[in-house]
Amino acid sequence: MPQFSVNINGEQKSIDAPEDMPLLWVIRDLLGMKGTKFGCGKALCGACTVHLDGQAIRSCSMAISDLGDAKITTIEGLSENGDHPIQKAWVEHIVPQCGYCQSGQIMNAASLLNQNSSPSDEEIEQSMSGNLCRCGTYNRIKEAIKTASKS
Amino acid sequence: MFPPIPLFKNKETEDRSKVFKASRRDFLKLGSLAAGGLILGVNFQCSGPKGELITFAPNVYLSINSDNEVTIIAHRSEMGTGIRTSLPQIVADELGADWSKVKIVQAEGDEEKYGNQNTDGSFSVRMFYEPMRKAGATGRIMLIKAAAAEWGVEPSECDTANGMVIHSGSNKKVAFGDLVAQLKEAPLPAEGEIILRDFSSYKLIGKAVPIYDLKDISQGKAVFGADVDLPNMKVAVVKRCPVIGGKVVSYNEEKALAVLGVSQVVKIEGSYPTGLDKALEGVAVIAENTWAAMKGRDALEVEWDLGENKDYSSSKQMAEMLESTKGDGKVRRKRGDFDAARGAAAKVIERTYEVPYYAHATMEPPTAIADVKADGSCEVWAPSQHPQWARGAVATALGVDAAQVKVNVTLLGGGFGRKSKPDYVVEAALLSKAAKAPVRVQWTREDDIHFDFYHSLSAQRIRATLDGAGKLTGWNHHTVFPAIGSTSSLTEVQPSDGEMGLGCVDFPFDVPNIRIESHESKGHVRIGWLRSVSNIHHAFAMHSMIDEIAEARGLDPIENYLDLLGENRDIDFQSEIVDGEYGNYGEKIEEYPWNTDRMKNLVREVADKSNWKGNKEAGKIMGFAAHKSFLTYVACVVILEKDANGNISIPEVHYAVDCGVGVNTDRIKSQFEGGAQFAMSLATASEVTFEKGVAQQSNYDTYSIIRMPQSPKEIHVHIVESSIKPTGVGEPPVPPFIPALANAMYRLNGKRIYKLPFKV
Repeated sequence: MPQFSVNINGEQKSIDAPEDMPLLWVIRDLLGMKGTKFGCGKALCGACTVHLDGQAIRSCSMAISDLGDAKITTIEGLSENGDHPIQKAWVEHIVPQCGYCQSGQIMNAASLLNQNSSPSDEEIEQSMSGNLCRCGTYNRIKEAIKTASKS
Repeated sequence: MFPPIPLFKNKETEDRSKVFKASRRDFLKLGSLAAGGLILGVNFQCSGPKGELITFAPNVYLSINSDNEVTIIAHRSEMGTGIRTSLPQIVADELGADWSKVKIVQAEGDEEKYGNQNTDGSFSVRMFYEPMRKAGATGRIMLIKAAAAEWGVEPSECDTANGMVIHSGSNKKVAFGDLVAQLKEAPLPAEGEIILRDFSSYKLIGKAVPIYDLKDISQGKAVFGADVDLPNMKVAVVKRCPVIGGKVVSYNEEKALAVLGVSQVVKIEGSYPTGLDKALEGVAVIAENTWAAMKGRDALEVEWDLGENKDYSSSKQMAEMLESTKGDGKVRRKRGDFDAARGAAAKVIERTYEVPYYAHATMEPPTAIADVKADGSCEVWAPSQHPQWARGAVATALGVDAAQVKVNVTLLGGGFGRKSKPDYVVEAALLSKAAKAPVRVQWTREDDIHFDFYHSLSAQRIRATLDGAGKLTGWNHHTVFPAIGSTSSLTEVQPSDGEMGLGCVDFPFDVPNIRIESHESKGHVRIGWLRSVSNIHHAFAMHSMIDEIAEARGLDPIENYLDLLGENRDIDFQSEIVDGEYGNYGEKIEEYPWNTDRMKNLVREVADKSNWKGNKEAGKIMGFAAHKSFLTYVACVVILEKDANGNISIPEVHYAVDCGVGVNTDRIKSQFEGGAQFAMSLATASEVTFEKGVAQQSNYDTYSIIRMPQSPKEIHVHIVESSIKPTGVGEPPVPPFIPALANAMYRLNGKRIYKLPFKV
């Protein structure tokens, strides 16, 4: 079995995994970090969103062998104490309903603000359109991103 | 969450085993029974050796430690409605607890201990508002008695707040924890002594209390079904027969076992009809991790006998169902003589309505963990809406007593009715037994869309008659859809009374001649209940037609609606029901009447809050519908806009809701915001079709739900202040939104909508 060295949330981890194993299952099953969720397996819903060098990617559709030296950040590593501006805004707006998609939403939103510190409504809608929420928290997500962008 | 398939008195039973085996209406009935006497006869404990932590637990929902920790049990499942916060909030308010220090613990599935845990039918708050108040009040009364005795004052001069008993005269205070030791021998108050707080004095009920799990969710720490890790746990993915009712002829496990990490291949025996709580026929691949199990399944070779549904086509069935509505059906409600009204009519409007199958598509696909031990006992961790049913179904599948099965409930990544059914929990239990190890069964999204308990496809025909003066004289509604009952019995070809009571026979308008009929249709796939159930298709048809009637009468839709409701009254449906019972969501009609003035007030409220008149004069495009479901009154206005490029958007949605006491106003709002978005998907995006017995959609690329750009831009929720006993809000937002949107679309482009989904 091939061996990989993965930089995740600032730590270097050694992993034995087949080359085609998606990063999602490396994170969940091999590293035991459960904040990143499985929703579709085909990069259609965004529940598995993590950061690759600060950029949002769908971890269900990236093989471990394609990672190279990239630094991975998951929801667990977004902030020390849950105090990233996006997380604080999520709490302020009481965004989640069931909560399952929210790790992915938060990681995608944080990535958006990394690239565009004050997005317009339309830019938020387009940037977040890859992240599904079945409960229907889209409007609060948008408001929370606007609040975070002002902080 | 969802529905009721109410209740037939003759099916009432104390036999718990039937809860797990029989159709839904049975356990709903048991649920209603269980709710009544919950608080009386609860176990009283006061434990702990000297010098150690002492616990005072006046009932199963509440305990207070000598270190001032207040623990409240959440016995209903959290799938996004906020119930894990709202019910404990009620207990805490009556108790006078310091909410910031309350700890909430999720109950395992145990009906004898906690009463009904079937988190469905929008009835958690309706069923448990009173019991939770009493649970908290019992604690408060006992704490006050203890403090008053110590101070030598009258209990009536004391109250509780922020986790302390306070004497109003002297302003003496004592923390709950300091009273716990003295309550060791204290008797429970008699029923008559349990005085509830005055409604106006509530500090938590009626407030926007943030959900308990908010911070955990925003930090990725909240535990959902697949997040539980057990030592030596294996993961299973199942290849199920692509057609419901098919069987495994043979399978070759060689290639699957050759996949690195795959340890075992196990056949699962299914049955047909499938029932609601059994595993489907298939072959499972058990592996060290999820990816290996998925690859093993890809490599697995199975030969199927596809069975009697192998030629099933949903488009063909829809055509047959539509055709059947032309003829006479089984009459379910009758008033006056519709045929006479039709004969004398100046105008007859006749329309048909088609609604497809829908999948729940919860963001968390079904998953469950089971650990069957050597002694035959089993412990389960599952995102289950109905842990008691899961417990019974697992016990039946394993051939053990329910007492040997423990079901722990995780958070649910969405439910909407799907996770009431414990088939996936049964799979995990069977596979753990075969693997002699803990097993997590993981459904993929494709599994979820292919093997759901779908919202049934339906066809309807409505005939409305108007006399020469423009009065609505007759209403003839034909409905046909494979019933939920068909999933358990192939001879169930008619909708149940319960399903008919969801937006069809409860037609509330005062029309002199009414005939409501249902037609036969067979089930070919697993039918279940989806957020608001038959109200989805019935409300779409009813309120689309009511809007056409407004136009035919030359009336504003809101004026028309108010006029058609007639005199202020409680509607008596039962006397007009033919050979059946009016379910009223399992509640007595005297206690929860269909009150026309309450609905009229609400309709006026939504007209006012949405600026209906002003917007109309300004030429805005609007649609309206109002629909009562699950005993909650809802009125909805949808406003549409079309830009220069022809793109249509929804700048505003206005809901008015009368659900009695609003326990957690923020979660009521969030249910309506989410309900509008959920309904938007049903109206405009989602559809499952079958050809050759196989679902033609498989993931979010083919089974669409709306994304952020499609969401209504603003969703305003106007909650009517009320002290009437509360009713639920999980499902009621969905039904009126769809016809309100369809009616707005008509005003935008002049085309009436008769088929879902439609393009916006």
